[in-house]
Amino acid sequence: MSTINSLPFWWRSIGQRLTILLAGVAAVLAILSWWTVTTFAREAAEQTQDNVLVASATTIAEALRSEQGTILLELPYSAFAMLDAIGQDRVFYRVSAEGVTLTGYDDLAEPVNPVGRPGAATVRTMNYRDDMVRAVTVQRTVLAGQQPVPVLVTVAQTRTGVEAIGSELSQTAAGLSVALFVLAVGLGAVAASNALKPLNSFAQAVSRRGPADLRPLRRQVPAELSPLLIALNRLMERLGQSIRRSEEFIAEAAHRVRTPLATVRVQAELALHTVEKEEEKQMLRRIIRAVDESSRSASQLLDHATVSFRADALAQDHVDLAELAARVSDGLAPTADMKDIAIILNCRGPADVRGDAILLESALRNVLDNSVKYSPAETDINVTLDRMDDKFWRLTVRDHGRGFSAPSLPDLTARFQRGTNVDQVVGSGLGLTIAKEVLDAHGGRIELTIPEDGAGACVSLILPAA
Amino acid sequence: MRFPDLARSLIAAALLHCLGGPLAALELEDQKFYPGTGEVVLKVISTGDLEVFEPFILAFQAENPTIGIDYSVTSSAELHRALTQGAVFDVAISSAMDLQFQLANDGAAQAYTSPVTQALPVWAQWRNQVFAFTAEPAVAVISRETFAGIERPTTRQDLIALLRQNPEIFQDAIGTYDVRSSGLGYLFATQEARNSDTYWRLSELMGLRGAALYCCSAQMIDDVAAGRLSLAYNVLGSYAAERIARDDRLEILDLQDYATVMLRTALIPATATETASAGLFIDRLLQEGMRDESRVWALPPLGAAETPEARAYGPIRLGPALLVYLDRLNRNAFLSAWSDAMLQDAADNP
Repeated sequence: MSTINSLPFWWRSIGQRLTILLAGVAAVLAILSWWTVTTFAREAAEQTQDNVLVASATTIAEALRSEQGTILLELPYSAFAMLDAIGQDRVFYRVSAEGVTLTGYDDLAEPVNPVGRPGAATVRTMNYRDDMVRAVTVQRTVLAGQQPVPVLVTVAQTRTGVEAIGSELSQTAAGLSVALFVLAVGLGAVAASNALKPLNSFAQAVSRRGPADLRPLRRQVPAELSPLLIALNRLMERLGQSIRRSEEFIAEAAHRVRTPLATVRVQAELALHTVEKEEEKQMLRRIIRAVDESSRSASQLLDHATVSFRADALAQDHVDLAELAARVSDGLAPTADMKDIAIILNCRGPADVRGDAILLESALRNVLDNSVKYSPAETDINVTLDRMDDKFWRLTVRDHGRGFSAPSLPDLTARFQRGTNVDQVVGSGLGLTIAKEVLDAHGGRIELTIPEDGAGACVSLILPAA
Repeated sequence: MRFPDLARSLIAAALLHCLGGPLAALELEDQKFYPGTGEVVLKVISTGDLEVFEPFILAFQAENPTIGIDYSVTSSAELHRALTQGAVFDVAISSAMDLQFQLANDGAAQAYTSPVTQALPVWAQWRNQVFAFTAEPAVAVISRETFAGIERPTTRQDLIALLRQNPEIFQDAIGTYDVRSSGLGYLFATQEARNSDTYWRLSELMGLRGAALYCCSAQMIDDVAAGRLSLAYNVLGSYAAERIARDDRLEILDLQDYATVMLRTALIPATATETASAGLFIDRLLQEGMRDESRVWALPPLGAAETPEARAYGPIRLGPALLVYLDRLNRNAFLSAWSDAMLQDAADNP
């Protein structure tokens, strides 16, 4: 199968193909019409000449008379005067009785079997004196004495005038055909682009969609496009189902992992209180930390699945960002306290946005959780809420940790992608991804910046105001 | 009489008439060689008198000094006969446009196109082979002395009345062309006969008055000037005007009913060898003819054919109709009618 690029450039688009095909049809029609007009024009000119020649020969034949057994002829002036009606052509004539020339050009050939009927003429094209001539012969029987004598009158004329008229008309017809062709090509191009308009608008409708938008397309399309539309909708439906199934699977798996982990943690805590040896306590603390990290990763997986799931049909609750920030920082306070980290809230509400409260909470929690995790002990984390402009709220989380490694800023929100400077800190790489997906679903965005004084990281959640 | 005998006798008569001297040597009336500085010699055969054409030839040579010109003067019939028989000439100039037309029609002329020929009016050329360069009317010339005190007739009717009422003035004092020997005279006569039946009445009257028959316009004008003729009918207007300019014994009769206008034509014969020089010569002729007033000759310009009185009947159309009166049967019929009218004195009848 040939790929589109192996085709010549003018054959790659349907519009161009249609235009070229229509132009081809127009060219064939133009040539055909030129040929038809030319042929008819030539035939008409030839017919006209024939008629004039017949009239001339008949006029001469009518002037034949007989007097006392002698055949007399006075060539009528009009018989020759009419012959320059078509053009400047050479004229030859011969009047003969039984093979004997009465007058005219002796060597002008006469037909072997002339039509004898009165009013009928024999018409020939022949070569005479180095020129093609059209010759007309009429026969009239004259009574010479007692004897009827058939007299042949032949009038011949060269065809210069006929050819001049023919080629003139042919040129006119050629001009008209070219004009017709140009017009047809123009109209063809318009028609082709018009016919392709539904296809183009269909393609635009598909490409305008967001990356996660798998809703079926609902459009009026021409009959030719409806199989494509149906196939595309079916494909999107299957794709959506498949994505949903895997998210459900992940959520289920995360949920199932989290519950036994909680049990393991409780048991490990109990064991910590019962053992005496410092080595054993250390061992158990390591177990508890590992279980915590696993539990946290499982939560994030669950969060991520929740985001994917809930973003499809986003709730439109009223959410106060100030209240949300307070709630999330309260939730993380115990963990922060363990490292002597202070979360300083600078949020004055109300800051209303519309959206899914659970998702927004999950987004902020993941961001703040990251900050707590990567901040060294005894530092501050500032959470600030401000109005960015008349359309957006900005919720900024600023820590004094190791910050982002500069080259990796845009990649950090990709799934399972972690910074280059994370060293021994355990993490899944899902936190910022979750935050970004939530904000995308709400029509907002996430901004990662390095603060001006260089220490720590700054993450801004930007959301449209309600 | 049985038909074949009849046909044979007809043909014999026709042959006798047309070919006066079959394959005879070319009879020249005049000849002059104008040497050029180069080797090219243009052979011109013409019916135009040397004195009329010499200034033109000298003007042409002044512009093209390398071309030598061999100028031969002959009658229109001789010219036609010579070219039909294949005589070698580079340019043929004739006042008998019917014979020139027949030469072209029968393939004895070759085509020539140049910006000058394309500037010609359509009616003044045929197939780029025959080119007209003057338009000359046939006129009647009278002697002032004889016509002293006589009111000038303004139509042919008036002229007929005048001839009829004054036998003493016009008896044996009328000159006209002998149409049997003069191609131009035959052309004028046939075209006039076609235009008006007064021609025949005039001819009968001229025959009655014992008209003298001439081969050429110049001689007729000479005889009018000398007082031997009172009236010369159907004289070439150009010759007459040129003579009257320097001879006050002559006068052109202003006949207003109609005018027969002949086109003087030139062609390049098929036998021509110096076709390039012949083309230059034709171009120069046509340029002179298209000028309103020529400085080199006294011939009327081509534009004379477009004056209102000339347009009424002419100029004689350059077309196949010219073949009609050249047809031997028609010629015989016309000449016999003409002879009946003109040669009433049996002694003059050959």
